[in-house]
Order: sequence, then C-alpha cells, then structure tokens
Amino acid sequence: MDQLMHFLTHKFFVTGEPMIYGADVAIAVATIGILFVLTYFKKWKWLWREWLTTVDHKKIGIMYIIAAILMLFRGGIDGLLMRSQLSFPGLKLLDAQHYNEIFTTHGTIMILFMAMPFIIGMINVAMPLQIGARDVAFPYLNAISFWLFFWAAMLLNLSFVIGGSPDAGWTSYTPLAENGLDPGLGENFYLLSLQITGIGTLASGVNFAVTILKMRAPGMKLMHMPMFTWSTLITSVIIVFAFPVLTVALAMLTIDRIFGAHFFTSTAGGDPMMWANLFWVWGHPEVYIVILPAFGIFSEVMSTFSGKRLFGYSMMVWSMVLISALSFIVWVHHFFTMGAGPAVNSFFGVSTMLIAIPTGVKLFNWLFTLRHSKIRFTVAHMWALAFIPNFVIGGLTGVMLAVAPADYQYHNSYFLIAHFHYVLIAGTVFGMFAGLHYWWPKMFGHILDEKLGKIAFWLWMVGFNVCFFPMYFVGLQGMTRRMYTYPANAGWTSLNFIETIGAFLMGIGFIVMVWMIIYSARHGERDVTGDPWDGRTMEWMTSSPAPEYNFATLPDMSGIDRFWYMKQEKGAVEKWRKQKIEEIHMPDNSGRPFIMCVLFFIAGFGLCFEWIWLAIVGLAGILLFMVLRSLFDPDEGHHIPVDVIERTEREAGRL
Amino acid sequence: MKVVKSVSKASALFLLSLFFLTGCDIPVLQPKGPVGRQEYHLILWSFGLMSVVVLIVFILFAVMIIKYRANRKDTTNYDPENHGSAKLEVLWTIIPIIIVILMAVPTVTSEYNLQKSPTPSVKPLTVEATSIQWKWVFKYPEQGISTVNELYIPKDRPIKLVLNSQDAMASFWVPSLGGQIYTMTGMNTHMYLQADEIGTFQGRAANFNGKKFADQTFDVVSQSSSDFNNWVQTVKSTKPALTMNEYKKLEKPSVVGKMAFSAYPKQISNDAMNAKFGGMEGMPGMSDSSESKSSDDSAKSGSKADDMSGMSMKGGN
Ligand code: HEM
Ligand SMILES: [Cu+2]
Ligand SMILES: [Cu+2]
Repeated sequence: MDQLMHFLTHKFFVTGEPMIYGADVAIAVATIGILFVLTYFKKWKWLWREWLTTVDHKKIGIMYIIAAILMLFRGGIDGLLMRSQLSFPGLKLLDAQHYNEIFTTHGTIMILFMAMPFIIGMINVAMPLQIGARDVAFPYLNAISFWLFFWAAMLLNLSFVIGGSPDAGWTSYTPLAENGLDPGLGENFYLLSLQITGIGTLASGVNFAVTILKMRAPGMKLMHMPMFTWSTLITSVIIVFAFPVLTVALAMLTIDRIFGAHFFTSTAGGDPMMWANLFWVWGHPEVYIVILPAFGIFSEVMSTFSGKRLFGYSMMVWSMVLISALSFIVWVHHFFTMGAGPAVNSFFGVSTMLIAIPTGVKLFNWLFTLRHSKIRFTVAHMWALAFIPNFVIGGLTGVMLAVAPADYQYHNSYFLIAHFHYVLIAGTVFGMFAGLHYWWPKMFGHILDEKLGKIAFWLWMVGFNVCFFPMYFVGLQGMTRRMYTYPANAGWTSLNFIETIGAFLMGIGFIVMVWMIIYSARHGERDVTGDPWDGRTMEWMTSSPAPEYNFATLPDMSGIDRFWYMKQEKGAVEKWRKQKIEEIHMPDNSGRPFIMCVLFFIAGFGLCFEWIWLAIVGLAGILLFMVLRSLFDPDEGHHIPVDVIERTEREAGRL
Repeated sequence: MKVVKSVSKASALFLLSLFFLTGCDIPVLQPKGPVGRQEYHLILWSFGLMSVVVLIVFILFAVMIIKYRANRKDTTNYDPENHGSAKLEVLWTIIPIIIVILMAVPTVTSEYNLQKSPTPSVKPLTVEATSIQWKWVFKYPEQGISTVNELYIPKDRPIKLVLNSQDAMASFWVPSLGGQIYTMTGMNTHMYLQADEIGTFQGRAANFNGKKFADQTFDVVSQSSSDFNNWVQTVKSTKPALTMNEYKKLEKPSVVGKMAFSAYPKQISNDAMNAKFGGMEGMPGMSDSSESKSSDDSAKSGSKADDMSGMSMKGGN
C-alpha cells in the first residue's frame, strides 16, 4: 500500500506545483462537464454514430480543425506563460525546470499537434471537393490517421499531469535527451506521442497523393488542378519521403532510453550528432510540409477575392516542386555551429539561399495576381494579404541566417526565434486563418462574422509584430533562446517587456476569434447558394455544407478555374445540374479505427512508463485489428439510391 | 567594392540608429575583434541586400492594394484574364539569382577565412575549453593553469580555442568577439577569437543543455599582454592546484562562481578526456543518477579516440 502511494505521488502523478494542481482540477472538471453534457442531452449515440465512427473526409477534417484550435489554445497558453516569465528580469513565475518543460511542449505542440492537424484538416475539408472526389482514396485509413493524431495528442498533453513533461526542447537533442542526463518519463512521452502521430501523418500523405492522382473529376488534368490541391500533392510527397526518417530516429532514441541501447551516446560507440542530423533531415522538410499548403490557400483566396486567375500558374507549380526538392538538401543550416568544416557549411548555406529563388518567384506572382484586379477586403483575404509583408520579413531574415558565418552570431538567439515565428505565424497560422474564413461556409453552411473577424485580425496583426519584431534585436544583443530568466543588467528588459504586451494582444485576438465563432453560429449569414464568394474552383459547385456524397453529378472539368468560366457561359451551370443522377457508392462507417487507436494509446502509455506487459497487450490488440481488417472485412460500403440523392438536392434548392 | 561599402554603411547607420534610439548595447553589432568584425560585415551586407528586397515588395504591395481595391472609382483597368507574362516572370527569376550570388560569394570566402588565424603573424595562444553542466572550465596548456567561468586573454593576440564537452552539447558564445561553436563529448571543435580592445565581455553557453542552462555564463577579460603575463604569474603563485578530487566535484551538474588554479591534472586535457569518452566508461555526471542505465551496462568495447568518424570536425587545423 505504501509502495503504491509512493509510486502514485512520486512517479505517476506530477506533484508539487500549484499550476499542475490547477491543471488537474481543470482536467477533472472539463471531463466531468463533457460527460455530463453528453449524458444530459442524450448525445452519446449521436457522438458515436456521427463522429467517432465516421469515415467522411469532411467530418474528419472538421475534427482535425477543432483539435488544432484546442492545441493552438494550449500552445498559446504556454507561449503567454513564457512571455510573462520573461517580461521582467529575475521573475519567479516559472522556475527553470518548469520553463524548460513549457518551451518544449510549446514547440512540440505548435508544430506537430497544431500546425500539422490544422493543415491536414484543411486538406481533408477542401481537397476532395476541389477535385470532385467522393472521398479520399482510403477513407478507413483516413479515420485511423485522425485517431492516431488524436490519441497521440492526448498522450503528450497527459504528460503535464501524469508522468512529467518532456524538457529537452522540441528538438530533443542527444545526449541531453538520453536517460543519463534526462532521467524520468517526460522524454518518453515526447518520443511515443510523436511516433504515434507520425505514423498517422505518413498514412495521410499516401492517402492524399493517391486521391489526387487517381480520383480527379473528368477532364481535370494535373495542370488544371487548383493550387491548393497542387500544394497538397507536393506536400504529400514530402511527407512520404521525410516522415520515415522521423519514425526511425524516434525508434532509435526510444530503444536507447527504454532498452538501454547507445545509438546516440558516445558511451558505447554511438554518435550524439547523428540525432541532430536525422532530426533535421526530417525537420526541414517538415517546415515545408506546414508552409506549402498555406501557400496553396493564399493562392486560392487571393485569386478568388481579386476576381482574377492566379498569375503564373505553371511557375507557381514548378517553384513548389523545386522548393520541395531543395528542402531535402539544406538540413545542416540548423547546426552550422557544429563545426563540420567550411566545405559542408558552404554547401548547405548556398543550397538554403537557393530556396529563396522559387519562393521569390511565388511572391511576385501573388503580387501580380493583384494587378488589374478588383480586391475585395474580406477577412479571409485580409489574412492572405497580410501574409505578404509579414512573411517577407521572416523569409528574408531566413536568407540572412543562411549566411553561415553570420549565423554563428544569430544561432540559438532570439534572432532565430523571431525568424521562425515570422514564417510559422505569418505563413502557416495566417494561412490557416484565411482558410478557416474561406471554407467555413463550406464546412458549416454559414459565414463567419466579418466585423468580429476584422477586430481579431487587427489585434493579431499589431500583437504579432509587437511581440516578435523586437526579438530580432534582443537576439543581436546576445539573448539566447530557452533562457528561463535573464539578469537586470543585461540591457534586455525594455524590449522583453514590449514583446510580452504583443503576446497578450494576440491572446485577446484569439478570444475575439472564439467569440466570433460562437456568435456566427447563431447570427452568421446563411450560405444558401453554396458559392458565397463567387468562387472559381469545384468546391463551390456543391451545396454548403456539402452532402455526404459531395457531388450529385460531375461535368467535364478541364481547364484552370473551370467553375468560374462555367458561370460566365450562358446555360453551362444549368446543363450540368440537369445531368442524369446515378446511384452513388459510399464507404461504411466503422468504429474500428477509433478503438484501434485507443490501443495505440495504451501501448504508447505502457512504453512511456516502461510497463512492457501493457505495451505488449496494446500491440497485440493492434495486430488483432489489422488481422481482422485484412482477413474478415469485406468493407462493401453502401449505395445511395437515386431518389435519396434527388431529395437531398431538391432540399438544397439545386434541382 | 564601392557598392558593397555603401550598402554596408547604410545598413550600419540604420541598425545602429535604431539602437541609439533605445540606448542599448548590441554586442553583435559592436564587435571588439577581427573575427566578430568579419561576421558583422557579412551581417551588414546581407541586411542591406535584404532591405532592398523588402523595400521593393512593400512598395509593390502598397501600390497593388491601394490601386486595385474593388471600390475604386474607375474599374475599367480590371482585367480578369491577365494571368501571366513571360517577360516579368523571367525578370523575377533572374533578380533573385543575382542576389543569391551576391550573398553566396562572401559567405563562402569568409567561411574559409574564419578557419584561419585572424593575425597569422602572431603565434596564437591555445586555450582548451570544456563545458560541464552548467559551467565552463578553461585550461591553458602552455601556462599550465586553469580557470572556471573566466577566460583571461591577451589583447591583439589570436586565441586558438579547442573545445569539448563533459556531458550535454553546449555552445561557446562571446557575442562581442565572434560567433558560436558547439562543444561535444568525445571530440574537439576549434575556433579562433581575438580581442583588439581591453575590457570584459560577456560569454555564455548558447545551446540548451539542461535545467540551469541560463546560468552558464562566463567573463572574457582582455588585457594588455604584460598584464596578462602578470595575471598568469599571480595565478601560479597564489592559487591552489586543481586536484582530480576537486575536478570530480566540478563534474557534477552545478552552477559555480569564478575560480582559478595554478595547475591541473593531465587527465583532464581535452585529448585525454576525448579518448576516455571513446568508450571506456559511462559519461561522468551521468553515472551517478540512480535512474541511469548507461552506467551499468556500458560496453567495455574498444576505445575510439575520435568517436565522430565520418564527419570531419577538424576544420580548425
Ligand atoms: C501565440 C503566440 C506565440 C507566442 C507568444 C510564442 C512565444 C514563443 C517564445 C517566447 C518562444 C521561445 C522560448 C524560449 O526559447 O525560451 C517560442 C518558441 C517556439 N515557438 Fe512559439 N510562440 C507563439 C506561437 C507559435 C506558433 C504558432 C508556432 C508554430 C507553428 C510556434 C513554434 C515555436 C517553436 C517550434 C519554438 C521553439 C521551442 C523550443 O525551443 O524547443 N510558436 N515561442
Ligand atoms: Cu531548416
Ligand atoms: Cu560532434
């Protein structure tokens, strides 16, 4: 009994911090609250049937996006805590250990559990509609990808209250992240949650690539595809090549930590530098995985709200292809300071600079898309437009970082922190916000409130620059990243204080956005046409929200922006709507992906605690589900009869 | 060369005026030695080039969103079919290529230059530096003395740093004198620094290496060469020797103050330490953790003096 208590209070539950107890209480209250609401409103069945077992790409996309927004909240709170701690020198809001845990979870969550699911969610929502597919190529696998991500996110977040948070940075460099220098369970949670979500992402990459290559509407050639679909295809290819490297690296470090191997310690012939290399061989392509789909969204949004075709379509495609290829040969720019010698550094410095060329091409194409246009300043478009000046600052300071000898002075400093927030926030996050406003009617059938959206936009815009611009200068003043505090005589106080103000402005902007979403659900303008923005691509051809089967009939979709030109041709839209409706084959829902991913969670949890028996139980369960799926699952799907389709279309006012 | 100079000058003026407005000290932009100065010139040059691009984009952006807003008076210049121009697209492919070349050339040249001593005519002073969670140990092989968290150097003489780490990967950074280099176990990295002013400069560990990372700072004290020699004599005659026992204490993770020792044991020279990490024993400081597995099962495999084969790390020689 005593032993059990000791285990619970010393190893299982994290103890000794008011913030942790607060989180314990909050988690308990939230869980009880959710259980209560579901039971009270008799929603259990609905939840299971409509969401937990769904294989519909649109619903899976929505779940990804909701989860990403929740993770943006969690990561954002981490960010605000760090900024609060650093607002004045010598503060004791967070101690060193706690600060280290928080920047680690902030980075890990923002990249892998916020940016990634946000992007995969957007792809799920929009890409199949943009090419006129019924669903993705492997809907069952798509559900597995989502639940792998979801349970991995649970595993990582759980570490805050059970087992302990990881504390070696989101890069988790060895030998620091090895058992000897970082005992305890925190790093295990990092390794296993990334492993689980990474498998899901790899599956998504395959799924999307096959969907795009195999399931496009009649007549739609590759060079007719919307730019967002193009960016998805290229991103998927990067995922397929990059994520296996992460899988292997994580597995090796897990074996080091849990089974006592020495891949990454110099103790027995291992090599600590190998981790840094493997991590960034995945990590640099990873930053393109989170930026290219945002580029795709900007292209769609700008061309729609300028009322013009995208400038230089084929250049846009080829520059993305070039960026994706170059992204695999630049990784050493993350550690020029490792002393690999002038030849190596020169090569990787110059290869990094080369990426600026296709990126610059894209930038000017966007700018010239605006020329001779009619710019409508909707909130979606404002996010897309704001991307240009902000991202340019991030991108060009990135080129400065590629100057290897100069990087010796920027590396690991706040200059770097400023750079990557300028690209990650002005690129990825602005892109996701633009996409959110743009596709919201397609997801939910109503438009997000423009007025609240603009307030949130300006709060973010001011807050973002006030928070991150001064960081460039604090960096040049010699302040390094990952410092839990700094001395008063360092001369960094005033800029740090200003940064904190900016961070809180973004926090307020986030609250306004949440309010905007709630407000719009009640008062938002309904979208009855399915085409609220005078769109150019296929997703605007179906009703909002799209029916289960996406499109009742498909016209010939050859040519860029075919829908927009159809609208110009007299009678073209009517002719397509009168096409003969036929029975549609759809996949069946299944509860197995959900349950199988719970087993992944159990296996992962077992490995975190090094309870091998539990891991074996989980893994055996997973294997069982795979066998069931392979041998005994006919997965015939079902057919939607013509009269049901006709009724649905009539109700949407399209027949 | 004229263009380079004027771009650099304009950048310097702009950056520094920003700082004088806030009244701050910016070590990276006020280098106190030739190595930092070379890096500083590269920073200015790349900043200048980038500023030109920023300016072009910002102006174009402003023109576009003002001139082509939907609610303008005259929309006759709206042209939905305007979607490409070979001439323009070639133009904005070529210009970035030129800019990249303008940046790449000085990048590669200084990358090679920085491997050499900044003042080849003067014999460099060799200092061995070791990072230990969360302190710096310096060894002066020629003088036979050792210090902790303070690095005394003679002004105007190149310092040849030979660096390694006892545990986690750290990074040696003195912003006033020049950029960083990582420290790692089992191998040496190399770097030259030189101060051409007398003064005390802040240094710190710049790569996260565990709990008290932020406290791993040190002072670099630059003196005239006679003052430096006096300091060496004073340390030799007044300070105790660093014993192996004392060093074992330093090996444990801790934050400590400044120290100086008149002598140090041979076993803690960088090369001896690296050989040890080649595979004879677990990492010190790692093995006394009760959770550690690496101590009990560390294989007694053959020792490898330089564990990092496959990557050339001897750039400094
Ligand atoms: C809500 C606004 C945000 C604030 C206030 C914020 C603040 C910060 C701060 C202060 C740091 C440096 C911590 C340190 O090194 O001591 C940091 C690190 C980081 N941030 Fe953010 N951030 C925000 C949003 C984001 C977003 C949206 C992303 C990614 C998409 C992101 C990714 C990262 C990463 C990867 C790190 C490095 C973590 C590490 O050092 O291991 N952040 N953030
Ligand atoms: Cu990179
Ligand atoms: Cu190394």
